[in-house]
Amino acid sequence: MIDISQVSKTFGSAGPAVDDLSLHIATGEFVVLIGASGSGKSTTLRMINRLVEPDRGSIRFAGVDIRQIKPEALRRRMGYAIQSTGLFPHWTVAQNIATVPQLLKWSKARVADRIDELLTLLHLDPDAFRGRYPHQLSGGQQQRVGVARALAADPDVLLMDEPFGALDPVTRATLQAELLRIHALSGKTVVLVTHDIDEALQLGSRIVLMNHGRIVQQGRPIDLLRHPANTFVHDFVGRTEIGIRLLALDRVASRLRPGERAAGEPISAELSLREALSAFVARRVDRLPVVDEQGRPAGALCFDDLLER
Amino acid sequence: MKRYAPVQGVLALCILMSLFGLPFLRFAPNRLLTGEGLSWWQAPLGPGHWACVLPLGWLLSARWPGNRFARGADMLVAVLWLLLLPWLAGTTARQWVPDADSLARVSLGAGFWLSWGLAALLLSERLREAGWPLWRRGLIWGATILLLVGEGLVGALDDLSLLREYGNHQDAFELAFGQHIRLVVFSVLPAVVLGALLGMAAARHNRLQGPLFAVLNLIQTLPSIALFGLLLAPLAWLGERLPASGIAGIGMAPALLALMLYSLLPITRGTLAGLQQVPAAAVDAARGMGMSPRQILWRVELPLALPVFLAGVRITAVQAVGLAVVAALIGAGGFGTIMFQGLSGSALDLVLLGVIPVVAMAIAVDLLFKLISAGVARHD
Ligand SMILES: Nc1ncnc2c1ncn2[C@@H]1O[C@H](COP(=O)(O)OP(=O)(O)O)[C@@H](O)[C@H]1O
Ligand SMILES: [Mg+2]
Repeated sequence: MIDISQVSKTFGSAGPAVDDLSLHIATGEFVVLIGASGSGKSTTLRMINRLVEPDRGSIRFAGVDIRQIKPEALRRRMGYAIQSTGLFPHWTVAQNIATVPQLLKWSKARVADRIDELLTLLHLDPDAFRGRYPHQLSGGQQQRVGVARALAADPDVLLMDEPFGALDPVTRATLQAELLRIHALSGKTVVLVTHDIDEALQLGSRIVLMNHGRIVQQGRPIDLLRHPANTFVHDFVGRTEIGIRLLALDRVASRLRPGERAAGEPISAELSLREALSAFVARRVDRLPVVDEQGRPAGALCFDDLLER
Repeated sequence: MKRYAPVQGVLALCILMSLFGLPFLRFAPNRLLTGEGLSWWQAPLGPGHWACVLPLGWLLSARWPGNRFARGADMLVAVLWLLLLPWLAGTTARQWVPDADSLARVSLGAGFWLSWGLAALLLSERLREAGWPLWRRGLIWGATILLLVGEGLVGALDDLSLLREYGNHQDAFELAFGQHIRLVVFSVLPAVVLGALLGMAAARHNRLQGPLFAVLNLIQTLPSIALFGLLLAPLAWLGERLPASGIAGIGMAPALLALMLYSLLPITRGTLAGLQQVPAAAVDAARGMGMSPRQILWRVELPLALPVFLAGVRITAVQAVGLAVVAALIGAGGFGTIMFQGLSGSALDLVLLGVIPVVAMAIAVDLLFKLISAGVARHD
């Protein structure tokens, strides 16, 4: 879907912001660009929709060199969401979401339907929120509208620059879960920038770790945790936390002993193993009863099972 | 909980003190003499004397600071006071100078002006406290002023020196009115267009800001007389070259040009400040979603800059109303003509005849733009 090949970009006299970077992003992938501040993540993302023009190299979108597509036309085919939401303060929620559909000259009725559909998708009651102005929303609601706006014209690609960076942990977790749900539902290609390794591990089907404008390592979350290419990656994924983060990648359901019983308050099979570990320690037990999504007994989880065999 | 409204109490006391301590009217054998002061009691007001109990109401109601009824009563009393005082002054004047041809003059004294002005202040304070929308406050002021004009139209104020001066200078007054409005409109309007363009250019090109504002600031610091002087030579030259254009070194052209130059700085600055406070994230998002530069300007930047821009235009227009007075010095007319005529003849009421409409016009312009701004900002 997106083919970045040997792209470089230098601003002013400082070193290159992006240095000979190549990256292939397949359709339907959820790619997370991660790295310290200033490592060139945003620049890479912004070159994809031509907000930044590379000095060297080329980028292809659906097989076409993006230099052959008018920037405005290209951007209208890619959803764009940023950390500070960038919602237009003088427009209502509905008008904000309608931005790209209106640029694409959709009919009024179609736009109105789409607004309601998206508000519902992001768990905002259309009747309550359609007419509000951004300053009448909480931070989390604003970001939901920001995501809805990015999705509005049903773009092939979603570009997101630290979209949940400014949110409190609880709201962030909720929105991360919803983004995963939307990704699974729509099969859209997502490129997301973050500096939060836990967010990257949770969301990405592939993680691209950057430093000084170059890719240090890329791969599935488990690859980065299990086989860090060097000490930089090792440090970045958090030396002492690697075990915990590995646990966070798997669900209770994957280590469950079906049919077995245990005493106490049951936990959900949908929890991550990390959360299960927390339950073991907090309750000082080594066996936990597990229920499935409908709340029916599904089996038991043993402390020993946390270790992969 | 506050038990007493101090500002209100002090205002009411000051009104009473100025009413009794200062001359309410002045009587002079002719318009050039200052004349002798007439106190509230000396003026044969008749039953009108009892109007002085009205301020006691404000003194009393100051006991209940937050009370809605006290506030309403205060407003009513204030409006009454603002209407009654001129009426009383007018009827008194009639008794002292019954003959329209008489040279004797009765003019308004310090006691009148102070107690009237303070009552206006009290009314505006009470209206502000009420937290009413701007249009409703404007309505009350408008009604008061209309009633006051009505008093003048039915002839109740005709024998006051101020109205005598008006009667004697009616043609000059009407001419000055038209000229003054023309001076303001035709200097501010081009300044708005040019200033907006300069402000937009400065917002786009940061390097432009230094030199641009250096020049505009320099113009602003030039005294208006000096600016007229500077414009005299080039405009006179231009007038000689293009006789058909009507341009000359003195008159309307240099006045309009000077006023426009003065208006340029606040409008340019307002435009730039307005554009600079547009959230960068909104512009980035607009670009990232595929708006063209023109769409970003018209749909995002300009609407978001509008409130600050309008505030700049408001300040400029009010400033131009005042500055236009000076234009009389180079023969461009306006209320300055009447003022300067009064000053040179030591005729205080003639000066007032020039000053009062300028003040009223400044307040009206201010209110007008505040109403526009409120209308623009209503969505949030
Ligand atoms: N528009 C710009 N002008 C000048 N320098 C920039 C610009 N955008 C980014 N940079 C520089 O490029 C480098 C990479 O920036 P960025 O891609 O934003 O990093 P990240 O998103 O990983 O924090 C930084 O050193 C930054 O200062
Ligand atoms: Mg960034």
